[in-house]
Amino acid sequence: MKSTGKVWKFGDNVDTDQIIPAIYLITGDRKELAKHAFENARPEFVKQVKPGDIIVGGSNFGCGSSREHAPRALIGAGIPVVVAKSFARIFYRNSINIGLPLVEADIEAKDGDVMEVDFEAGVVTNTTNGKTAKFPPMPQFLKRLVAAGGLVEYTKRQIK
Amino acid sequence: MPTISEKILAGHAGLKKVEVGQIVEAEVDYIMVNDVTGLPAFEVYDANFPDSVMKRDKVVLIPDHYVPNKDIKSAEQAKAMRVFAKNHKIKNYYEVGRGGVCHQIMIESGVVAPGRLIIGADSHTCSYGALGAFSTGVGSTEAACAMASGKLWFKVPETQKFIVEGKLGKYVMGKDIILHAIGDVGVEGSLYKTMEWYGSAIENLSLSDRISISNMAIEAGGKAGIIPADKKVDEYLKGRVVGEYKPVYSDKDAEYSQVFRYDAKDIKPTVSEPFLPENARPAANVDIKIDQAYLGSCTNGRIEDMRAAAQIIKGKKVHPDVRMIVVPASTDIQQQMIKEGLMDVFINAGAFVSGPTCGACLGGYMGILANGEVCVSTTNRNFIGRMGDKGSMTYLANPYVVAASAITGKITDPNEL
Repeated sequence: MKSTGKVWKFGDNVDTDQIIPAIYLITGDRKELAKHAFENARPEFVKQVKPGDIIVGGSNFGCGSSREHAPRALIGAGIPVVVAKSFARIFYRNSINIGLPLVEADIEAKDGDVMEVDFEAGVVTNTTNGKTAKFPPMPQFLKRLVAAGGLVEYTKRQIK
Repeated sequence: MPTISEKILAGHAGLKKVEVGQIVEAEVDYIMVNDVTGLPAFEVYDANFPDSVMKRDKVVLIPDHYVPNKDIKSAEQAKAMRVFAKNHKIKNYYEVGRGGVCHQIMIESGVVAPGRLIIGADSHTCSYGALGAFSTGVGSTEAACAMASGKLWFKVPETQKFIVEGKLGKYVMGKDIILHAIGDVGVEGSLYKTMEWYGSAIENLSLSDRISISNMAIEAGGKAGIIPADKKVDEYLKGRVVGEYKPVYSDKDAEYSQVFRYDAKDIKPTVSEPFLPENARPAANVDIKIDQAYLGSCTNGRIEDMRAAAQIIKGKKVHPDVRMIVVPASTDIQQQMIKEGLMDVFINAGAFVSGPTCGACLGGYMGILANGEVCVSTTNRNFIGRMGDKGSMTYLANPYVVAASAITGKITDPNEL
């Protein structure tokens, strides 16, 4: 499976207050939340983002609060995958649990580059500058979770 | 040679032992959600799981972020929690006026005890590590799934050892220790790891100061922040704890990924400058005027914090260009403040004293900041726009520093008052 899209480049320590400001934590709806993604940090994001665009971050992406509203907003905006050097752990858990793929890779990119993520091969390629990076496979258990369709589906089978 | 984290996860997963990096499914003792993380969790639960499987005795519902209801949407959100509690017969629901900030209530309620495995849909759930529990923040969907199955998946973390020896200086608190440590390791320095705390300086801390340390483990990226339980924890839990408990300790030859040593006398009253908690500096080295002084939150909203600030501000006045906002973290603390005359101390000084709420800590209400405003606060985060307008700035500090700064109108080390 592959995802190819236009890059939105962020730096290190993109915190969950940047991804979705606290004042919007009054709904769980993905589309509603998407309307306010990065509102303070990058006001042009909500106007210009297109489904299929890929977010590329630095280290500690998604740090700060546990708000699941953060990956929900990104899913609502049509982001198919987030690539970052490292992820904060609650953001990582939330994303995997609800079906937003995350890839841990350190790849050079700037806004507007075209990025391809090959999940099977475990490689991300910046087709604009030609750089590639490998990423480690997901732990077995998490692969099963994702294959099951997320934690809710997994839990439904568990409690039967 | 296992650590506290490995033992607690192994025990709750029904395994003899676990390896660092292993993913286990463990029975959790309690699952907590607050008003903002509750709504998405309730929607997931009711859409997917029947009431018949609800682990209602393990669920704790505590509205705190936007209550007393901040606006209509917050009112709807709070109502959703009330309705969920009723529909699923969840007894552990703390209504406004009889509760407070979620982590403080969890600790006061007696469900937190050494050796327990507790999850909360709030990042500062790591706070309960101060009582020797393994506790960690999770998301709303997984909180709902845990309510249905009673279990959750965890990756067994590495553990870092933090040792603080010696005697803390005047006006130095647990808050300064954790700000100092985060300043040292960085906001990613404990990513996915448990921080374990040792040393004479830690042992001599009150439980309240230990809670500040565990509370901010997440600000270094930590999964948990655990302080081995001792007599102080037993004393606190006497007559309060729900059920029995058995403390868990790391083996003497436990393996730590890193060891950090700090000398207590090197730790001064500290502030963390915007916009990351890792920007720790001695308060004495920071020269900036403030508009607001905020005393409260799960980090420093306890009676000990109120006493510390009151000690500084008693008989003095809040600076004419400053507003000081005091927010006890629970109804019990609010009542204790009244009994000890602390309400009068703050009000006479010209501060505004509120009932318990998370309020302005996360830019909710009850004291948010306008563009260009500066706040010194006992809270736990200073990201861009955290406490209000994206052009505002928050400096994190301990209650003594907040009170001293409220008097002078600028960030002040209380030793220099």
